[in-house]
Amino acid sequence: MLRLPRFKYLRPKTAREAARMAADLGPRAMFVAGGTDLFPKLKRRQFEIEALIGLDFLSRSVHHGEDETVLDAGMTLAAASSNANLRANYPGYTQAAGLVSSPPLRNAGTIGGNLCVDTRCNYYDMTYEWRKAAGFCIKKDGDICLVAPSSSRCWAVSSSDTAPVAIALGALVTLAGPDAERQLPVAALYRDDGIDYLAKQPSEVVTALRLPAASETRTAYVKLRRRGSIDFPIAGCAVAMRLEGSTVTSCRIVLSAVASHPLEAPEAAEFLIGRRIDGESVKTAAEIAARPAKPLDNADLNHFWRKRMVRMVVEQALLLANDQKRGPDG
Amino acid sequence: MSEPPHPGLRPDLPAGRGREFSVIGKPLPKVDAASRVTGQAVYADDILLPRTLHCRILRSPHPHARIRSIDTSAARRIPGVQAVITGADLPVKFGILPVTQDERALEHEKVRYVGDPIAAVAATDEEIAAAACDAIAVEYEVLEPVMSIDAALANPKDERIQDYGGPNNIHKLVALEFGDVENGFERADHVREDIFFFQGNTHLPMEQHSAIATYVDGKVTLWSSTQVVHYVHRALAKVLEMPMNRIRVIGAAHGGGFGGKTDPFAHEIIVAKLAMITGRPVKCTLTREEVFYAHRGRHPVLMWMRTGVTRDGRITAMHFKSALDGGAYGSYGVASTFYTGALQTVTYDIPAYRFEGCRVFTNKPPCGPKRGHGTPQPRFAIELHLEKIARELGLDPVEMKRRNFVKPMTRTVNWLRVTSCGLDECTERVMKGSGFREREHGPGRGMGFAISSYLSGAGTAIYWNDMPHSEVQIKVDRGGVTAYCGAMDIGQGSDSVLAAVVAEELGLQPKDIRLVTADTDATPIDLGSYSSRVTFMAGNAALEAARKMRALLVEAVEATGRRIDEVSFEEASMLAEARFGTLATAGSYTPPKIAGPYKGSGVGPSPAYSYSACVVDLDADPRTGLIHVNRIWIAHDVGRAINPLLVEGQVEGSVYMGLGEALMEEQTFRKGLHKWPSMLEYKSPTFLDMPDVETYLVETNDPEGPYGAKEAGQGPLLPVIPAVSAAVFDALGVWIDEVPITPEKIVEALRRKDKGEPARYGPQRFPDIPYPTTIKVEPPPKELDRAAAASI
Repeated sequence: MLRLPRFKYLRPKTAREAARMAADLGPRAMFVAGGTDLFPKLKRRQFEIEALIGLDFLSRSVHHGEDETVLDAGMTLAAASSNANLRANYPGYTQAAGLVSSPPLRNAGTIGGNLCVDTRCNYYDMTYEWRKAAGFCIKKDGDICLVAPSSSRCWAVSSSDTAPVAIALGALVTLAGPDAERQLPVAALYRDDGIDYLAKQPSEVVTALRLPAASETRTAYVKLRRRGSIDFPIAGCAVAMRLEGSTVTSCRIVLSAVASHPLEAPEAAEFLIGRRIDGESVKTAAEIAARPAKPLDNADLNHFWRKRMVRMVVEQALLLANDQKRGPDG
Repeated sequence: MSEPPHPGLRPDLPAGRGREFSVIGKPLPKVDAASRVTGQAVYADDILLPRTLHCRILRSPHPHARIRSIDTSAARRIPGVQAVITGADLPVKFGILPVTQDERALEHEKVRYVGDPIAAVAATDEEIAAAACDAIAVEYEVLEPVMSIDAALANPKDERIQDYGGPNNIHKLVALEFGDVENGFERADHVREDIFFFQGNTHLPMEQHSAIATYVDGKVTLWSSTQVVHYVHRALAKVLEMPMNRIRVIGAAHGGGFGGKTDPFAHEIIVAKLAMITGRPVKCTLTREEVFYAHRGRHPVLMWMRTGVTRDGRITAMHFKSALDGGAYGSYGVASTFYTGALQTVTYDIPAYRFEGCRVFTNKPPCGPKRGHGTPQPRFAIELHLEKIARELGLDPVEMKRRNFVKPMTRTVNWLRVTSCGLDECTERVMKGSGFREREHGPGRGMGFAISSYLSGAGTAIYWNDMPHSEVQIKVDRGGVTAYCGAMDIGQGSDSVLAAVVAEELGLQPKDIRLVTADTDATPIDLGSYSSRVTFMAGNAALEAARKMRALLVEAVEATGRRIDEVSFEEASMLAEARFGTLATAGSYTPPKIAGPYKGSGVGPSPAYSYSACVVDLDADPRTGLIHVNRIWIAHDVGRAINPLLVEGQVEGSVYMGLGEALMEEQTFRKGLHKWPSMLEYKSPTFLDMPDVETYLVETNDPEGPYGAKEAGQGPLLPVIPAVSAAVFDALGVWIDEVPITPEKIVEALRRKDKGEPARYGPQRFPDIPYPTTIKVEPPPKELDRAAAASI
């Protein structure tokens, strides 16, 4: 069977200590929280490291404040998705957390880990032997992209279910570096690059996710995947929207699994401002939102079909958000 | 839980058909249920003997290449490496079928698919073995790969994949005609042609293949996760060039086969050879990726068929052509090819039938038998084809199919002997249960119906011989009963069936019976867990052995002037042991010689056929093509359920597997490589994708089955797949003539329908294949003659 490589396991007690270890070791080390994505990738030699820096010191609580709700990054996806307060205030977020993979993986995987989850590609998420036979790709050990050989970049797909909702909500992450802590909008955490997909310093630890108060915001997440469980998204849409009466006053739409980063659709959101959510407006908004989505032949099912399905998930997410009862208007 | 004392031997035994049973027909848990669910069952990978070495296998990265050189020197220098072997160490070829001995445990001349084994390392741990494999330098001359049926039929750019068969990369061609097909089509009021494609898929057992071997006192012992200890035994003897009496093969606790562990495999031979070289135990457990390469799964099959019917839907003639993508080696392929044409006649009365089959070699892992072996593909085709004919004629498809059902106690046009047949009752049960006839035709909601049949064991062995197919010995001493049989329990419950049969006959409970199974040193032969043969054949052998044992007990008790039901089993057995000495009896089962008088007639005959009928209810979204299966009703004619709990398990497992094949499973390739040899990317249904299943067991009491029993492990898979496609048509009005039925195909078919094109998705053409001259076979007399019926 596939075996884990040998590595050192380091157990810092604080985020700063962890960040310092990471800064010292550079690319020879990685952080591990739930490990649900990391360990299989180590077995497949997609990551080659000498040390893992354990993040089990991270706390796992939710702190409800007036202006924001802070989720400690060590919280498991299962805990987040079943938290009654979160479910009441951020239904889109808890839906997304509850749709990640399968129950055993949600019991181990953390909300911080899901924000940082590696981009995916079915030329990349394979064993060392398979990749060697296929010819290594640009993301690991090779120099061309096997999906788009004429392209100079990596087209691996952003596959986080929770990041699009966090972005739509305007959430921030807290990052602990070797010397200082800072906050960053989740939207600024990602880069449009299949390889260097995270914009944070490699040594920085995500310690918290800060969701702004959203008692009047309707949120929804719709995930498309082949099966009822286990699978990563092959298209997804997060919506955060406010209405006055039945008119949209603010809206953010963010797509998952259609690019190397969570893909925001500001034109579609803009189109909806001042309009009512109905069959027609939703259809137009979905068409606008789907335009920049660029699924390639590196995930499950035919990519032409996936491109068509982007419109569908956007429509569904908008309708789902619209149907929520929120705040004074609800 | 306290158990009532067992009642001792009943005077009315042997129980036989129609009498009251104490074990047969009772929903008892499996005899090994507790050890399975508590982790105490010892699987091959659990076996870790002192000084065990670990083996890894270097496999080809090229789909098609000649090997120029193999340099193992760097690998041998790695500390911890104890042995490195290549094809030169195991040059003898083997293969499951005597006619296709085309595999080597390690290839040193040529590789034929990505994953073909080249070299093997035994080392003190698995990581070292893996590193050593990576250090082996192989020089290749890369050849043009052949990756499709069309490419295999064409002139090869470089060289052929195998040096036998032909022309080009054709492996096997068959052409048979039974009855006067031309006349049959002339008699028809209506003739229709269709083309279908069934994509290949794999077994996906939970347990990867694993084997561990020792070499002690000049003898090899191999524990393996296999379905066929006997055939592995034979292959080891051949390749290791050792007499069979110096080799012992033991089937370890089994984590699933479904046909994927029915060939002798390279790793089994390799660990034996490495154990002989190193003098230490050597173990090899395949990675999940390697399991996809070991494969032997469902053949991709392209099918063309033409059927003539009268105005009222009676079939007058059928012509069926298949083209199988076999992968790189023979495996069971010759049999698979015949199976694509064999069983059409066992469900429908076809008075004239022509079958042309072709299997090609391609540079992919070899295909072989998967649950339903060679018959789910034509079953998909024939069920949809008849459905289309019925709709064209304005007939109710269910009614039209029913008009053509075979009758019990008949022979088919291709000489297959049908004994018990519960097709009518199975159909009625699912019709009633599902409310099929009263169903509502909402948009996007549909129901589909299909039937099927399968063998209860192949009528002929894999290698020609006149010996029994299954043998059982029973030993009774000091009141204890042990049954010995070569049968391999692969999770289907064959151990539980053996215990149930012996217990029933001796007036005991299954838990009272000790079992020794699947061990070539300790047990008499059973050919293996394939072709749904074990309950039927080992069951009959056990019945014979147990009845002989019971006769000894009765005789010994009656010699004391008492009746058998007046003494306990212990006392009876002690009286018998005192009277006769060692108490040992044996029973065996040899299938009747019922094959027809033509070449190729060995594939298809079975002592009995099971029958199934199925209704699928689903929602299909016209916008997305996504399918949600709401419910499945399935009726299965099992002859008699020796243990209804186990039969239901087999039926529901078959439904699950069939649904996976219908909706998502596919073994596909890109750039010469398996596209996704991983359990995450190769999609098979999860709990959340599995609908409720309503199972009906139909008992037709087969005249030859043990207590009337027939098979249950494979047949119920077959009707599910065409029923799904028929339900999609019912819901959306488009035909998906290709498996798997994925959302993208449905959306495309709907697009074509909207544009006024034919409302279907599926293959457009069937290639020209140089089939040989058709062998014409006179059909047998249709009714089984009375003498034949009485003899079974």
